[in-house]
Amino acid sequence: MAAPIILVGAGQASASCAGKLRALGYYGQLMIVGEEPAAPYQRPPLSKKYVSGELAVERLFIRPLSWYGEQQIELRLESRAVALDPIAHLLTLADGSQLPFAKLLLATGSTPRSLPPEIGGSLGNVFTIRNLADADAIAPALKPGAKLLVIGGGYIGLEAAAVAAQKGLTVTVIEMAERILQRVAAAPTSDFFRALHQSHGVTIRESTGLTELIGSDNRLTGARLKDGTIIPADIAIVGIGIIPNDGLARDAGLAVEGGILVDGQCRTSNPDIFAAGDCAIFAWHGARTRLESVQNAIDQGEHAAACLLGVAPDYDPKPWFWSDQYDVKLQIAGLNRGYDSTVLRPGKRPLSQSIWYFQGDRLIAIDAMNDALAYALGKKALEAGKSPDRAALADSQSDLKSVLA
Amino acid sequence: MPKITWVLDGGREISANVAVGHNLMEAAVANNVPDVIGECGGCLSCATCHVYVDPAWAEKTGKPGEMENDMLEITTAERREMSRLSCQIIATEELDGLILHVPHI
Repeated sequence: MAAPIILVGAGQASASCAGKLRALGYYGQLMIVGEEPAAPYQRPPLSKKYVSGELAVERLFIRPLSWYGEQQIELRLESRAVALDPIAHLLTLADGSQLPFAKLLLATGSTPRSLPPEIGGSLGNVFTIRNLADADAIAPALKPGAKLLVIGGGYIGLEAAAVAAQKGLTVTVIEMAERILQRVAAAPTSDFFRALHQSHGVTIRESTGLTELIGSDNRLTGARLKDGTIIPADIAIVGIGIIPNDGLARDAGLAVEGGILVDGQCRTSNPDIFAAGDCAIFAWHGARTRLESVQNAIDQGEHAAACLLGVAPDYDPKPWFWSDQYDVKLQIAGLNRGYDSTVLRPGKRPLSQSIWYFQGDRLIAIDAMNDALAYALGKKALEAGKSPDRAALADSQSDLKSVLA
Repeated sequence: MPKITWVLDGGREISANVAVGHNLMEAAVANNVPDVIGECGGCLSCATCHVYVDPAWAEKTGKPGEMENDMLEITTAERREMSRLSCQIIATEELDGLILHVPHI
């Protein structure tokens, strides 16, 4: 029998790729190799409804376990890939087994940045959120009255802060930059979420650097900030970005530049090895692009399936993201990279507004808070390459459909 | 457990018993119903679980909520009177026998 296709990483990108390979009529051997004990599951709810206890673990799985059997997809879990030989077409696992492959997809995902042990990063009760195991470790620590310190005011940290505040913890978020969400959103979006968190009793401290986490008996007790103040804390959640898991590719001699470098066909510098999802970086709209989102894991994973089987048009993502905090749903369409101005459109409901990002006169992205219509119509306009008139957009009384027509 | 039937674009039918409380997007994905994707996991951000409720069931499934109604603006297949996002239809005993038509995308 011909050598199989192996998908390395048992996350969303591999699950999507596997499903698509079968849907496209690939009936050959197919294996997913993953480090975690669980079959592929959805990560976005981990920092939201899963850690809060609203969503049971069974609901996280992308496919029921029986599906893999029916589709004849071999799941090799709790198996870490340690070496990849692109010439011999061999993948080596931590247990020493060597798996031959015809083609291979690297969907190895990413790892959250952690704080170095020298500044208390390895103390007990200091968490990052990436895996089911992380969320399972955090959930029992979210007790009413406990003091949570969130390090990093990005989406994951703010989502965790919202869950904790609603559970009755005392929450402080510290952010090194001038404003929360600085890396990913414009000031009006930061202002909106700062006010939202403050209205729920969360303390937001921006332009605030951390010197070290402090503890006794290996337990966290607080944090010393750059200005010398000490904040007491029982738990810390570190949300300071992720690093693509490109080590296996680098060690195999594949091109790696801030992620595993792929072309529009998801192909690495080796023609039989592909990459997709958080770990892959590709040229898009004139710049190297790595998208950290479930949208990209799904779409690029499926795209890779087509490329594994032959030639497909170049990958052209239509990025979208979302975040849930308290009773606000933020929906983002497009990518705001390189924006030079924004337009704020007030919404029709309480806590509802949208921010429209422009590069010159061209609309490139939208942040919509509790305004699904702005998100939906904006997404459609982006995909059609339409750019609305700014004055009309800023007028909350204007009809959005006509403005975007 | 209510029995739900998905009728695909070419006429093929897939039926399954769905646990009460589960939404019909996750049920479709679990039962390998093509063209129901559910990219966002049911959080009303993608409109990739679009279905047409069989008119006979319109009353029992009800009307889309405000946010769902907005999201129905970006379905890939055309929006019709019976359009719903199936992640917003929750399986109940009342829906035993429900028929959903799945547009090809």
